[in-house]
Amino acid sequence: MYGNISIVDQAIGKKNAQEDPEKLAAFQAKIDRGEKIEPHDWMPADYRRQLIRMIEQHAHSEIIGALPEGTWITRAPGFKRKMALMAKVQDEVGHAQLLYNAAETLGKPREEMINDLLTGKSKYSNVFNYPAKTWADTAVIAWLIDAAAIINQVTNSKGSYAPYCRALERICQEESFHLKYGYDNVVTLATGTPTQRAMVQEALNRWWRPIMHFFGPPDIASVHSEILTRWKVKMASNDDMRQQFFNQYVPKIWELGLTVPDPELRKDEVTGKWSYGDPDWDEFKRVINGDGPCNKERLAVRRMAEINGEWVRNALKKPTAKYTVPLS
Amino acid sequence: MNKQTIESLDPRISRAQLPTEVDHIPQYEVLDQFVTYEVFQQQKSGGHFIHVGSVHAPNEEIALLFAKEQYGRRGKSVGMWIAPTNAIVSIPEEDVDMFDATPEKKYREVGAYMVRNRVEQYKKDNRNE
Repeated sequence: MYGNISIVDQAIGKKNAQEDPEKLAAFQAKIDRGEKIEPHDWMPADYRRQLIRMIEQHAHSEIIGALPEGTWITRAPGFKRKMALMAKVQDEVGHAQLLYNAAETLGKPREEMINDLLTGKSKYSNVFNYPAKTWADTAVIAWLIDAAAIINQVTNSKGSYAPYCRALERICQEESFHLKYGYDNVVTLATGTPTQRAMVQEALNRWWRPIMHFFGPPDIASVHSEILTRWKVKMASNDDMRQQFFNQYVPKIWELGLTVPDPELRKDEVTGKWSYGDPDWDEFKRVINGDGPCNKERLAVRRMAEINGEWVRNALKKPTAKYTVPLS
Repeated sequence: MNKQTIESLDPRISRAQLPTEVDHIPQYEVLDQFVTYEVFQQQKSGGHFIHVGSVHAPNEEIALLFAKEQYGRRGKSVGMWIAPTNAIVSIPEEDVDMFDATPEKKYREVGAYMVRNRVEQYKKDNRNE
């Protein structure tokens, strides 16, 4: 899973002027021809920095994203669902591994990324700062958050950086199981007893706003987003992806007789565009900056994992072993 | 120092009594990390081993275990190789243009050889004699 977090870096564009114009033109031509950039190819410093930031945030989102659902493994209703939830959580952690590898190929060591996660210097997707209150929350997360993530990741997998595309292709295949598993759980609750229906509706009400935040605020046209689009780092606007989500999933929610907690949500049949109510972008900013219901818990649990696992790591470490940047 | 602990919906996390604020955040020494291995997977009997990605591991035994978990937990695998990343040798980037002319070497390909029409011609010519 992943969300389009603010990948905005205002410094971009300024440094770009210092790049060798010939190399920059060849780089752009290669991308325009639809070719991919491999780790050892020349690339502008801004391209490298922006990708590290993006892939790193994506990796952190996977590793932190395992936590809200992970808390339900011990309380999953029935053995089959417990097995499936464990498999999903393992997938999320596996996705983090693939993505850290992809970010490493750009020159940022994995340990430095973990350090930046623990100090709060680098971010992860905002949705994971909200709690999964009931079993129905895990169903809504697995269905709709993963659906949103698939839209985002399929879009990004057509980008220009080869190792990121390769990781995303593998990730998307696995996410399709998450989506179906989540849908199955939602359908079970929605077609069940009145109590079960109420439970899934309440979970949907709780998660709707974070899902709207997931794609990020509407894009503001700027020089840097224009460059990122030209470099195929940013492949679609936040709003385009949100529209795609409405198109694919709102009808599926409605056909189950569930409602969306946004009275302004409707599709304009002429333009085909959905309009939606303001999901409170101030709240989005507050939570990203640390003031969400679970920010402290997520980082505390991550810290605990690092501290408790330290002795194992130290016992395995070989002082003579030398790190090599992975190939892809 | 703030002595408050995390209250979670997950009783296991509440029981761990994790402090909400800490004086010390664990930090790794950069590059204080495991060796990387490249992973090759064989998906069907008799098939090629194809590169699928990398793992970080302290030794070969654990690298194989991680490779199995990371790349072999879905679909079918019948074999898996690992090799230390630094053992992989590749053609330098500035030399890859050596492959540019390869598609032009038609004499290496089946399509470059037209035989049937000449055989037919030969048969026709001989019948006429």
